[in-house]
Amino acid sequence: MNGPVPFLRIESLSKRFGALAAVEDLSLTIPRGDLLALLGPSGSGKTTTLRLLAGFETPDTGRILVDGEDVARLPPAARRFGMVFQHYALFPHLDVGENVAFGLESQGVAAPDRQRRVAEALEMVELSGLERRPVGALSGGQQQRVALARALAPAPRVLLLDEPLSNLDPSLRERTRRELRGLIQRIGITTILVTHEQEEAFDLADHVALLRKGRLEQLGTPEELYGAPRTPFVAGFIGRASALPVRLIAHEGSTAQVELPGGVVWRVERAAPLGGSGVLYVRPEGVRLAEPGSGVVSGEVSGRRFLGATALYTVALAGTRAGETLEVLGDAAAAKLGNRVGLQPLGRGIHLFDSEEVGR
Amino acid sequence: MLVLAWLVVYPLGMVLTQAVGGPGGWTLEAVRRFAHERNEWQALLASLLLSIASVVGSALIGVPLGVLTARVAFPGRRVVATLLGLPVVLPPLVGVLAFMFLYGETGFISHLVQRLGGLEESPWRLEGPVAVLLVHVATMYVYFYLFTRAALAGLDPSLSEAAASLGADRWRTFRRVTLPLLRPALAGAGLLVFMTSLASFSAPYIFGGGFRVMTTQITSTKLNGDDRLAMVETAALLLLALAGLMLLRRTEGRRDAVGARKGIAPAPVKSRSALGTLGAAALGWGLAVLLTLPLLTLVVVSLVPRGTWTVEVLPPSYTLGNYRALVADPVRLKPILTSLWMAGAATLAALALAVAVGMLSRRRAKSGKLLEGLLALPWAVPGTVFAIALATTFSVHAPWVGRFVLVGTVWILPLAYLVRNLPVAGRAILAGFRQLDPALEEAGQSLGAGKARVLRRITLPLLKPALAAAASLAFVTAFGDFVTSIMLYTYDTRPISMEILSSLRQADVGQAAAFGVVLMLLSAAVFFLAGEGRGTAG
Repeated sequence: MNGPVPFLRIESLSKRFGALAAVEDLSLTIPRGDLLALLGPSGSGKTTTLRLLAGFETPDTGRILVDGEDVARLPPAARRFGMVFQHYALFPHLDVGENVAFGLESQGVAAPDRQRRVAEALEMVELSGLERRPVGALSGGQQQRVALARALAPAPRVLLLDEPLSNLDPSLRERTRRELRGLIQRIGITTILVTHEQEEAFDLADHVALLRKGRLEQLGTPEELYGAPRTPFVAGFIGRASALPVRLIAHEGSTAQVELPGGVVWRVERAAPLGGSGVLYVRPEGVRLAEPGSGVVSGEVSGRRFLGATALYTVALAGTRAGETLEVLGDAAAAKLGNRVGLQPLGRGIHLFDSEEVGR
Repeated sequence: MLVLAWLVVYPLGMVLTQAVGGPGGWTLEAVRRFAHERNEWQALLASLLLSIASVVGSALIGVPLGVLTARVAFPGRRVVATLLGLPVVLPPLVGVLAFMFLYGETGFISHLVQRLGGLEESPWRLEGPVAVLLVHVATMYVYFYLFTRAALAGLDPSLSEAAASLGADRWRTFRRVTLPLLRPALAGAGLLVFMTSLASFSAPYIFGGGFRVMTTQITSTKLNGDDRLAMVETAALLLLALAGLMLLRRTEGRRDAVGARKGIAPAPVKSRSALGTLGAAALGWGLAVLLTLPLLTLVVVSLVPRGTWTVEVLPPSYTLGNYRALVADPVRLKPILTSLWMAGAATLAALALAVAVGMLSRRRAKSGKLLEGLLALPWAVPGTVFAIALATTFSVHAPWVGRFVLVGTVWILPLAYLVRNLPVAGRAILAGFRQLDPALEEAGQSLGAGKARVLRRITLPLLKPALAAAASLAFVTAFGDFVTSIMLYTYDTRPISMEILSSLRQADVGQAAAFGVVLMLLSAAVFFLAGEGRGTAG
């Protein structure tokens, strides 16, 4: 990430739990007012990273700099970070207003001022006038918004969101996500979001950090992660992709010639040097259906998922020993189950990696 | 941590070392005497057999009653259900007292039988093993009863519906589905009855006659001044209790079976015939009356003026004089106040310790487990054992090894109550901590609240139900304590239970009963005020 001055900087952060390295040598920077999503499968260390940021865990090594100040060893109460918990963690014995006022009380804000700021915070999340409502009487979506208002009321420097939408009905999720994006943009607060859903990360975040086994796989915009995955893991985790084992035939400049299962040779872009064998990650929109013929990868349609205007076809490649398949996006009427089809590469959405990189 | 070790482990270790230690160094002399004395072996065996019989008897009464009141519809079901749960707040000594007034040689029933049969003497003597067993079963069935009801209420009704849809009839469903799912609850109740019975002192002390169990054996040895032998006996009972605990823990079985809870408890089954409903009602009410009759008796007896009731079936006159004496006579009022403050102080201290352990075990899992174990340990140790252990530890002035002379001071009894309270308070409060989402405390911290403020504003308010449950259970236990009191009390700090005993010795049954009623009512009041009427020691 180049350009604007980083507001939040994580430097070589590490945390072990016994033998398990939950976070290993993680470094990130986030410009002021941007939203970064920590994305990854479960066990990737994204929640631990968030807890290190919040101060619920202390890092073994590394620094967390906010505006130049290292907060890594400060107690949570001294960090002035706001956090929305996965299950919201609203205090069940306090009402909505008392929940939102809690952080203001900790700061010693006087009562009249406090009341005004509680009202403002609730107005921000469109829950005006619900101060005296018990939190148990709220719907899931309302609870989520109270949690957000509570986190924002003390005017934190950084907002931390732990899977903030995972507890909502799918029907509610998209709308809430839109509102959340609007609110964060309006306030302009630097935000870190933990999620395991790529769609959520893509929709909300300016930057996505993909984690795996406690390490950073790639940091970039959603477009960079999808369009230019730096590792096989990124290519496989972000979006759909079929993986095919290939044999390297020639490599000149940034173009490699690889032999696919079945013997057909494709020309693929690849700048970095390669060993003798590789793995090809093919996005469904990276190939198109064609007439079968010589020099064309062909196979039989073994699956079809109707998506409306288009369909996602699974093609079992001919002449392969392991029965490799390739997914391809095509016109909904282009083929039927059992049809013999050819597959033509389109020059994008195809990523080649060395076999060594895959095993890592 | 240190406090717990000092209060729990240290005294017990002291017992074990004193059992084999003497002025002239280590000796097995007392152990040898114990091993060669037939009486001792008989007492140990009697304790074991009595406990097993109590478990079986209590299960035979408690489980059917639980099923009956939870699953069968009959008029007055709710009232019966509540009445049957009453003995849980009953201090053992009061239960024994009530039993005595009803079935004892001079009790109502024997008077009645004597009169009807024209007998010269009382038709029976309520004495010996059978009497003790009767009292045990009549007071301990309540554990099986409450556990059965709780487990039935927690069962997923769709399980028995599934069985029914697979073609099983009601009986088969009960036998093959419901009963196996109740097993963990029943094992828990069994464990509780076994340990309670093993530690039982009041019943064998008052009804035992020549029948000796370990607890009474220890007390008499100790009173005879044979300290070393008393230590060996105490150690033997302790080992028996721990062995029993481990054995029962192992057979307790998996607990996950009851985990599936969903929906609401099924409506009670209506019997298909009017006769069936009538039978259920008669059974329920009959047993409820039979089992709560002793309590009623206690109330009646407490209204009898001293020396007026001798041979009549029912007392000839009633008066509130016994109660008036309790309030008016400072000598009689004092034990009540003493019991109140001692139990109160012990309860507060137990709560504070349990909360501290809960917070510590949340932060550090490993040492927390150990601390939780320490909290629970006194539960497996019969009261008599602890009384002896504390009496031994705190009768010597040796501050550098943590021993002070507390025996004979006002502090020994509250301290003993505290130790005995730790398991109940600990269990309730640790359960409360487990239900507390750590994210709530973290949310408080991230909102800028320091540790003290998080504790005061979030943790403690959220623990309130657990604190109330713990406080009421602990208070009731301490308030009605008899076992440790009899070993450790002094004249100035005699609690209600001691006063009951001395009233009995002076043949002032009305006074004893009045004390008993006060004890019962105060216990019940605390218990129900805390809003934990249905919560049990489990």
